[in-house]
Amino acid sequence: MTALLPRRGLAQILALIVILAVDRVVSPQFFDLRLQDGRLFGSLIDVLNRGTPVALLSLGMVLVIATRGIDLSVGAIMAISGAIAASLADSHGLPVVLAAALGAGLVCGLWNGFLVAVLGMQPIVATLILMVAGRGIAQLITEGRIVTFSSPGLVWLGNGAILGIPMPVAIALGMLILTGAVVRGSALGLLIEATGGNARASELAGVGTRAMILAVYVWCGVCAALAGVIAAADIMGADANNAGLWLELDAILAVVIGGTSLFGGRFSLILAVLGALIIQTMNTGILLSGYPPEFNLLVKAVVVLAVLLLQSPKLSGFAGIAARLRRTKA
Amino acid sequence: MTPKALFAASATAALLLALPANAAELTIGFSQIGSESGWRAAETSVSKQEATKRKVNLKIADAQQKQENQIKAIRSFIAQNVDAIFLAPVVSTGWDSVLKEAKEAKIPVVLLDRDIDPSGKELYLTAVTSDSVHEGEVAGDWLAKTVGAKACNVVELQGTVGASVAANRKKGFDTAIAKHANLKVVRSQTGDFTRAKGKEVMESFIKAEGGGKNICAVYAHNDDMMVGAIQAMKEAGLKPGKDILTVSIDAVPDIFKAMVAGEANATVELTPNMAGPAFDVVAAFKEKGTVPPKWIQTESRLLTAADNPQKEYDSKKGLGY
Repeated sequence: MTALLPRRGLAQILALIVILAVDRVVSPQFFDLRLQDGRLFGSLIDVLNRGTPVALLSLGMVLVIATRGIDLSVGAIMAISGAIAASLADSHGLPVVLAAALGAGLVCGLWNGFLVAVLGMQPIVATLILMVAGRGIAQLITEGRIVTFSSPGLVWLGNGAILGIPMPVAIALGMLILTGAVVRGSALGLLIEATGGNARASELAGVGTRAMILAVYVWCGVCAALAGVIAAADIMGADANNAGLWLELDAILAVVIGGTSLFGGRFSLILAVLGALIIQTMNTGILLSGYPPEFNLLVKAVVVLAVLLLQSPKLSGFAGIAARLRRTKA
Repeated sequence: MTPKALFAASATAALLLALPANAAELTIGFSQIGSESGWRAAETSVSKQEATKRKVNLKIADAQQKQENQIKAIRSFIAQNVDAIFLAPVVSTGWDSVLKEAKEAKIPVVLLDRDIDPSGKELYLTAVTSDSVHEGEVAGDWLAKTVGAKACNVVELQGTVGASVAANRKKGFDTAIAKHANLKVVRSQTGDFTRAKGKEVMESFIKAEGGGKNICAVYAHNDDMMVGAIQAMKEAGLKPGKDILTVSIDAVPDIFKAMVAGEANATVELTPNMAGPAFDVVAAFKEKGTVPPKWIQTESRLLTAADNPQKEYDSKKGLGY
């Protein structure tokens, strides 16, 4: 269990607390919670709910980045899986819809993994192909329209709740636990880190680096597909032009805010998800603040810069002080 | 529109235009931007319908959002010596040389939906566009009339920051409600013209304004954001259309579905029929040499729940929105 807990997450937790405090200042009712139709309702729930797609994307992305890769196609995969789910929703049962949508994500991940692991393409270029083509595929599926559906099963995935917790949040939590159990409950996480640290040395040491790389891209595709299904279920429709647009960048940002190096070799699932929550806490705060929308991106950039500076080794800041404190205690 | 209604409409149109439409068969080339949105798809299908109605031979070239493709298409239309060229320009500049070529070939060019910025207005016959400032005004006037003298806090879902349509629709609405001291825009944020962002922004508006109790109306720069906002209101236990009035712009089919369900109040139509008026202008120009004004403004119809939304939905759902 210690593997799941953040060992170096102080800077991120601190950043989240500060942003939450700022949100409380701009919006006094930020922490108010109540039940609405059997579902918790409040700004905090909005943060979790709206943060779900990026959190899911970052779960896959963090593993890819740990192998020194990157996946730019996750936004496009969201659009594809959402389009498939919406097109099938009213004619097929939920299991078929989910299987088709997640299957599409799996195939997309296999394609990316094949290009990177087997053909040896650079990840940024290999996944750029699907980033561009994928949205086109999604538009072909929806014929450029917003495909709406009313299937109660799929709608429930987006708007339902378990014990008051919105379904998307429950799903993301489940995926975090599942991914954590698989990669940290076995040696898999270590092998992924070894692949990213030094692929050649790991290969010589007997690590199946190709299989590792293939596996992380497949998982990333599946996570993205799940995010796409949730995004479609949320608005009861698939918008191929806009679903997941630019979210690959938010996912990468979440991973980086979570302290995972783009050079691979180490990763933290829980901090990547925390990174996604930091981004969303900030977004929700901006929306609540009532500033003119022209400021949105500027505020976001400043906060991201501040969070990253907090983690910078040169500007050791709080993290460094904390580490020294811990060292003196030990 | 049902086939019967379509037939009736086309019959009336044919009667009205009996002389010019039947006198000579026109061939018109239409350089369409591409399939950037549902509205664009609807514009293409309505153009085809209007062409069939008038027995015009319409050739549509899809430019896939690229100006170079549009220029190529126009050159090819000139080479085919068509009677007129319709252009839905993807950008506002860089058209001078190709429009001059069309002018030298004595082929009139009509701009659809968007205006351009040419060196001289004589390079095109006319522009058929909607006035997006006026659209905002129509929305604002409806709200002012509906609310009456009551104090009303309005929240606004803006389009993409920097888009001229968003700026214009905001300006028009602000102008309209400025005359009424009881109407006030209390919150305004961008929803990027999308359902997902419209929903997210509305969720935050509801939280920030006392669970929605302080909001009397929502104004969205397009219907898609409003569809998202309606969901946000329902999930917050509010009744859109009753607790909170809604007014948006575009008139896409799904907003009529919401109106039928009593969850939306009004929308301002951005008509997909830009080609119809353009055909008539070209016909008149070819037959009698009538030179039209430089700008033909399309009607911004206000459609409310009282205007038979089911019929509007049925007539629009097949257009490709």
